[in-house]
This record gives sequence, structure tokens and C-alpha cells, in this order.
Amino acid sequence: MEFLVASSIGLLIACGTYLLLRGRTFPVVIGLALISYAVNVFLFAMGRLTINMPPILRDGVTEYTDPLPQALVLTAIVISFGMTALIVVLSIRAYLEIGNDHVDGRPVGAPSEAGDKN
Amino acid sequence: MSLTLIVLLPFIGAVLPAIMIRAGRNACATATGSVTLLALILLMAKAPAVIAGEVFQVSYNWLPELGLNVTFFLDGLGLLFATLILGIGLLIIIYARFYLSKNDPMGRFYVFLLLFQGAMVGIVLSDNILLLLVFWELTSLSSFLLIGYWKHLPEGRQGARMALAVTGAGGLAMIAGMLILGDIVGSYNLTDILQHADLIQASPMYVPALILILLGCFTKSAQFPFHFWLPHAMAAPTPVSAYLHSATMVKAGIFLMARMWPVLSGTPEWFYIVATAGLVTMVLGAWIAIFKHDLKGLLAYSTVSHLGLVTMLFGFGTPMAAVAGVFHIINHATFKAALFMTAGIVDHETGTRDIRRFGGLLNLMPIAGTIGIISAASMAGIIPFNGFLSKEMMLEEAWHTVWFDQAWLVPTLATIGAIFSVAYSFRFIFHVWLGKPRDENLPHHPHDPPFGMWAPPAFLTVLVVLIGLFPGTIAGPLVAATSGAVIGGELPEYYLALWHGLTPALGMSAIALVLGAVLLMGHAGLLSKTANLSRPDAKAMFDCAMVKLVALSRLISDNLHNGSLQRYLAIMVMAAVAIGVSGFYAQPDYLSGSRELLDVSPPAAIAWLLLVVTCIASVFMHHNRLLTLLLVGVIGLIVSLGFIYLSAPDLALTQISVEVVTVILMLLALNILPKETPKESMPGRKLRDVIVSVAAGLGVGGAIWAIMTRDLPNSISAYHLANSKIEGGGTNVVNVILVDFRGFDTFGEIIVLGIAALSIFALIETVTQGEAAKRLANWVVSNRRSADRHPMMMVVATRVMLPLSLMVGVYIFLRGHNEPGGGFIAGLVVSVALVMQYMASGFGWTQNRMKVNYHGMIGLGVIAAAITGVSAWVAGLPFLTSGFVHVHLPIVGEFELASAMGFDLGVFLTVVGAVMLALAKLSQVERMAEHVDVNVDPMDHDPSVSVATPEKEA
Repeated sequence: MEFLVASSIGLLIACGTYLLLRGRTFPVVIGLALISYAVNVFLFAMGRLTINMPPILRDGVTEYTDPLPQALVLTAIVISFGMTALIVVLSIRAYLEIGNDHVDGRPVGAPSEAGDKN
Repeated sequence: MSLTLIVLLPFIGAVLPAIMIRAGRNACATATGSVTLLALILLMAKAPAVIAGEVFQVSYNWLPELGLNVTFFLDGLGLLFATLILGIGLLIIIYARFYLSKNDPMGRFYVFLLLFQGAMVGIVLSDNILLLLVFWELTSLSSFLLIGYWKHLPEGRQGARMALAVTGAGGLAMIAGMLILGDIVGSYNLTDILQHADLIQASPMYVPALILILLGCFTKSAQFPFHFWLPHAMAAPTPVSAYLHSATMVKAGIFLMARMWPVLSGTPEWFYIVATAGLVTMVLGAWIAIFKHDLKGLLAYSTVSHLGLVTMLFGFGTPMAAVAGVFHIINHATFKAALFMTAGIVDHETGTRDIRRFGGLLNLMPIAGTIGIISAASMAGIIPFNGFLSKEMMLEEAWHTVWFDQAWLVPTLATIGAIFSVAYSFRFIFHVWLGKPRDENLPHHPHDPPFGMWAPPAFLTVLVVLIGLFPGTIAGPLVAATSGAVIGGELPEYYLALWHGLTPALGMSAIALVLGAVLLMGHAGLLSKTANLSRPDAKAMFDCAMVKLVALSRLISDNLHNGSLQRYLAIMVMAAVAIGVSGFYAQPDYLSGSRELLDVSPPAAIAWLLLVVTCIASVFMHHNRLLTLLLVGVIGLIVSLGFIYLSAPDLALTQISVEVVTVILMLLALNILPKETPKESMPGRKLRDVIVSVAAGLGVGGAIWAIMTRDLPNSISAYHLANSKIEGGGTNVVNVILVDFRGFDTFGEIIVLGIAALSIFALIETVTQGEAAKRLANWVVSNRRSADRHPMMMVVATRVMLPLSLMVGVYIFLRGHNEPGGGFIAGLVVSVALVMQYMASGFGWTQNRMKVNYHGMIGLGVIAAAITGVSAWVAGLPFLTSGFVHVHLPIVGEFELASAMGFDLGVFLTVVGAVMLALAKLSQVERMAEHVDVNVDPMDHDPSVSVATPEKEA
């Protein structure tokens, strides 16, 4: 099981990084989303993997999984939504301002550029 | 305490002129003067004790870990300089009141002046060399403001910039030197450092430290080859020149050489560097001064020359020379400040500073003329004024100094310097004040200035005469106390007097007087002979060097920082990978631990396989953006399932509800953004990115593998598990951590979320201006539209579901403390319920029924959380301490009503507000782009209304 999680995290990071390095805003947003998944799971896995031991206190149960990484990750998930929303809006705004969605903010032969000169 | 106050008063008082200028120029000057006067009185109260040999000290801890403390001490040297700074400062304040014209913003002038004054006093009273450096940089900055005070004049701005660049660069060098010094001694306290001359001079780092510190001193005190900035700083108003270049700024370097004299001097390095630089500066400055036609230019180069003289004296390294240097500091400050102020009077009254147009001004302005002539005579070193005394002492010391086995060199050059000095001083006397008027058409008809303008220089001139006549009585005690502080040991035997008998120095003085007068007589001829000589133009060289430096730094920064996000991200990822790799390389056994692993169940294997496929597919198909989005949604689902499987129900609930809103958000974004990503990456770039990505993935995967295969060492989690029920009153430990144990973190996080939402609001609100608005106005809707945007089935279904889903939200919220749920999840669930209404029935229809201000909701949420936290204070407990009671309600059953619930309510409100605000704003852009009015009807085809309604988009 640990291998599956570790390899998933690695794969998500690899795919996310590749998309992060693309030249258009949308793949970068998607790449960041993938990296967010990976980072959240990474943090979560810091508490080690357990099955059927949710950190909900029950009478007679003494073994629970580590609740602390879960609390950290819970807020991280919500914050990453805030971050994603912000960069999505940023990329829309940039697209509207410069007429293309290149991350460097330069008109790199974008078709909309020619049309705007009229 | 009052010692600290002396330093702080000018800084605190600097607000006064800015306020008092509203009450008029006199009030402004009076307020400024009072501040300085008060500081001076405080200082004078301590003077008798200091002269008697006492040293005052005061210390406050600032950053003791760095050895940086606010420590001040007042000994003889500090007393001399502080007196000069505050005393001449007071005179300058009076003088400036009358000098500045009505158009000059006087309040600003006095603010700058006081800031500068405070910084200077700070330098001379600091006991900590790091603190001294802070004040040192402050003088560079505030003198920049003062020199550039007339910011409408290009010369003023250029001069200010040059002064800042040169003294600032020197200051940087000095920081390094001081750090080395502190490192050698092991303390940054001057009083400690001054005790360790042997340690410092024996250290191999002595020479580097010496050179670096001297760089700071030489740039500040305009020593050759850094002398060029001082004349250009003359573009400043005359009060500034008089202040900066007689008593303060340029004396800071001299001060530091004097301060460090006990530990740095006495070595051959010190002698050859300092004495030589001083000697060259003295002769060169005096020579140039002879040919300056600008009154202030002449004085500027004369200042350079006299600074060289003092530097040379300190460079000699003998106690007697140090005494002479100290004495000359006092004398130079008095006559040079008077001379600058006189030059300002001439400028003010005649409208020009060109010496060639003057002559016979003494008849027109007798008072200013008398002041000017006496001060200039002192500058020339004529009996019986104070300049004569210290110059005699200098010549006496020069007579005994052997430079590289050449006994004749220093005395000869010192005499030559004295000759030049006499020549330019006589020029100031004869070409300006005596003789016949050479230009009848001066811009103004000159006459003596108002009392306030001539009184300050007159006061100084009285000192010039008195010190000259009675040196032992007037200046003796101060010179003794200061020299004692400089030398740090026994004072040599000396005797301040006009007559020392027939000494070699007297002969040199006589030669200088005669030859200087001869030189001035041949001035016209000399001028025409030297006119055609090409001489290096320091300003052109400086400007050229600056242009090259700027070009170089631009080259470097443009290449490193070319504005390409792709490059930055690649560099960041590669750097992270490199650091990780080096870590693995250092400890190869990091990889696998020996912890017992979990078995793989078939569902887990299937989910993993699905994740791998979707991940890889999302990369290969990322050009098709809609498809990628779909794949990412699948990945999110698998992650949620993974959380459930691995005992994290709260995370699973959060992830899945975030997933829903994220996908909606991205869909909205894709409506505006292009639907396709163009294929533009070169194969080389793709290969590079694949290598980098794979390395990053392997690194992170390997790291977590290494972690998960090892046992968890002691963590604080056990505490949370044990105390969740007892102290937090809840059985859902994750929720209790969020709202109670780590509530402050959560509080910060909801604020961040709120700020993100408000930033989105700001980004979209301003979209109606500029380029973006034009693009939106000319937007061409490219997609095919659904003919039935709001299908009846969906409208009806969502309405039925709304109360249900809201109820689910409330349920999740209430049970959150004990079972999976809580404010975050409830907020997301409620948001999803509301968004469904917007999607099904359209924005306009829903908005008309949803009279909630989402901004207010965010604010309310943060405030609710804050109030919950603060309410703990009422009970005398720390912020966010929670309490709880058990409540029993029929049907619902028993539950705890914890104060943490109020906090969770805040979280809930913030989350709903932020999510809804982000989505609502995004949809606003869509509506602007599509040029459709918001719908007021819930459905495009409402079967209950007659069929006659025409379609909106056909």
C-alpha cells in the first residue's frame, strides 16, 4: 500500500511539474492543481498510513490514526481552492489585458493579437 | 538617560518643523532651534564632568544575539564632535531662516536638517559599532536629501546622487571592515574594541579591515582619490554646505579615524596609507582651490585640503600629531563655517558667486566683509588667529616626519600646501573684499544682510579670534579631553600658544606667507598658462563609470530576470531537485526503512491503476483543455476515495466538495480562455521538462517512501488524542484540533481565504477599464450554445433539493465536533447547494432571491471567529481558549455546545462567502463577454407560461 501511495505522489508531482513548465496559463493551473493533490497527500502520509482507524474517539477503542496531519491537510485543501481560484482569475484577467494566455505576458504570435490591432 | 535623549531629540524633533511651518516661518525656525538648543543644553550639562575625565555610558538591549545593542557613551572626543554638530547646527538653523527664500519649502529643509543632525550625533556617541554603522548610513541618506534640496536644479540632483553613491559605497566597505574588527575582538562594543589594539594589529585580518574601514572614512571625508564628490555637493543651499562641510558630514570620516586611532594607528600600513592620502589631498585640494572662480567652489576645495591636513596628522600616528589634528578640527570648523556663511551672504546679496565679478565689497557690506576677512586670514594661517596655531603644530609635526627614508619630502610638501593655502585665502580676501569693484552691474546692489544672517558667522569669528589669542583658556580643556580620548593614554607635553620661539615651523609659515602672496600676484598669468592644460574631469569619469556599471547590472539582471515565468519555475524546480539529490547522495541509506507495510487490497490496486492512467492521460491530452479538466476531476475523486480508505473521513468530505466547486470554477474559466493549448514547445524543451519532471517526481516519491517505511518518532499527536474529549469537548479529533488546539492557525487560514476572495473581487471589478474592457466589448461568442440553457427538469430538481442540501449542511456543521464534518465541510456543502441554484435557474433569477452580501459574509465570518477567541479574555483565559457545555435536545439527542462552535461558525461563513464571491465574480465576466442580459425567469422554456414567449438567442 505504501508503495502505491508513494508512486502516486511521485507521479502526480511529475505530471504536475511537466504541466507547470508549459507556456500557457491553463496547463499551469492544472499543473498546480496536480501538485496540490500530491502535496496534500504527502503531508497526510507523514502521519503514516492506517486503515479503519479514523481519529473519531470511540469507547473501548485505543488505536487511532494520527489526527494532526489530517487537520493540517484539511485547511490546506480549502486554501488550495482559494489559490486555484485566484490564479484562474489572474490568468483570465491577463488574457483579457494582453490578448493571449502565454504565461510570460508577451504577445507570442497569438492569433488574437493581430485582430486587436484594428 | 539624558545621553539617549541627546541622540533622540533631533529625530523626535524632526516632526516639529513639518507641523510648525503651518504657523509661519519664524515659528518653524524657532521650533527647530529649540530642539537643537535643548539637546545642546543637555550636552553642556555633562561637559564639565567629561572634561574632568568622566565617561558617561548608557545601554539598552536591542538584538543582543547579534551583538547589536543601543549603547551610547560620551567621552572627550564625543563631546567635541557633539558640541560642533549641535552648536554649529544651531547657528545654521538661525542663518537658514534668513537665507531661504519664500519659495523654498522651509519645513522640509528643517526636517532634513534635524534628521541629519540626529544621525551625526548618533555616530559620535555610539558605543556599538553596528549602531554606529546604522547612523553612518543615515547620514548618507539624509545628506542626500539635503544636498538635493533644490530638486529643481539638475546640479543639485546630480551632486546629491554622486555624494550618495560615493559615500554609500564607502559605507558598504566600512560595514565589512567593522564586522571583521568585531570578529577579531569578539565584541562590537567600541569600549571593548579600543582595549584590544594588540589583538587587532596582530591579526592577519588587520590589513583588510584597515583598508575597508579607511575606504569608508576616505569617501566620507573626501580624501584623494574620492575627493571629487564634495565640490559637486556645493549645488546645495549654502546653509547645507556650511553645515555638512565644516562641522559634520565630512568630519565623520575624520571622527572615525580619531575614534579608531588607538587600535588602528601606529603601524607602517596606517602611516603610509593615511598620511600619504592626507598629504596628497592637502596639496591637490589647495592647488585646485586657487583656480576656482566660484566662491563656494574655492571653499569646497579648501575644505578638501584642510580635511587632508587633519587626515595626514592622524596618519603620522604620533600622540603630538593627534593633538594637532584635534585642535585643527575645532579651528577649521569655526572659520570654515563662518566662511561658507559669508559666501552665502555674498551670493544672497549680489546674486552671483563668481569671484571675477567681485572686488571692493568691503565698502558695501562692512560687517560681512570683516567677518570674511578675519576668517579667511585664519584659514591662511596668519597670526593671531586660531588657524595659525594648528597650522604651526602641523608644520612642526611634518618637520619631524620621515617618509620612506626621505626626510625632506613631507616638510617640503607640507610647506607647498601651506603656500597654496595662503594663495587661495588671500584670493578670497583681495579679489572679493578689497581692491576696486570689477563689475558694476551685479544682479543686486549689495548691502549688509539682516542681523540674523550675519550674527551666526560673526559669533564664530569671535571664537576664531578668541581661540587665537587665548588658546589655553578657551580651547585648552576641550583639546586636552578630546586628545586624551583619541590617544587613549598619556597626553604628550604640549603648550597651546601663539609664540613658540624661532622654530622651523615658524620659518615654514613665513615662507608660505610670502610665496603665497607672490603666487596670488601672478594669479592672472598662472591662470592663462594653466587654462589650456587638460585636467581630468572627475564628474565625466564618474558619470561614465556609472553608465558602465548600470549597463553591467542591467545585463546581469536582464539575463537572470527576463520576465519569463517558465524560466523562473524551471530554475526553482531544478534547484529543489538539486538540493534533494544532494541530500540523497549524502545519505544513500535514506531510501528504505524497515517499518511493517500495509497489504494492498484489490480496490486499492484498481484505484491506483486508474490514477496512473488518468495522470498520464492528462499530460498527453493537455492540449484539449476540457478533457484535461475532466481527467483532473477523476484524479480528485480517487484522492478522496484514498482519504476514506486511509482513515481520513474529514479529508475525504472536504476533498470531494472542493472538487465540485473547483471543476465549476475551471469550467467558468474555460468559457473565456481558449479551449485548446497550442502545440508550441520545441522537442528540446519538452525533453528538458520531462527530465526535470521525472526527477522531481522520483525525488518526492522517494522521500515519502522513505518516510512511510519508517516508524513515526514521538509526536505531539498523542496529546491531542488524549485531550480532545477532556479539554476540547469533542470526539472528532481533527475538528477539535482545527477549532481549538490549533485554532489560531485556522483563524489565519480563513483570513487568507477571505483575502484571496477579495483579491478576486478586485481583479474582476476593474475589468471594466482599459484593454480588458475593450476585448470584452468586442467579444465574439465562439461556442455553440445550448438552446435550452436552463432545462425545466434541472430547475425543478434543484429546487426540491435545496432545502435538503442546506439541511445536510447544517447537520454536517452541528455534528462536526464529534463526527466527521465541521465548518469547512459544511461551508463547502452549502456553497455547492447554492451554486446548483445559480447553474440551474440562471444568475439573475437566483441573485434576485439571494439577498446576501458575500463580502459581508466573509467579514462576518472572520469577526465571529475573532469574537469567539476574544471572549476567552473575558474569563481571563488566553485568546481562543474554549469552553463547552452538554446540551440535550429532543430528537437531536445530546451534544456538546462548545464555544468552539462559534469559531466554527466563523469558518463556515468565511468559506461560503469566499467560494460564492469567487464564483459570482467569475460568472460576471462571462455575462459581460456574452452580451446577454441577466435572466429574470428561471427557465428559458417555462411550460406553465404560454408558448408565445420568443426565444432569446436564436
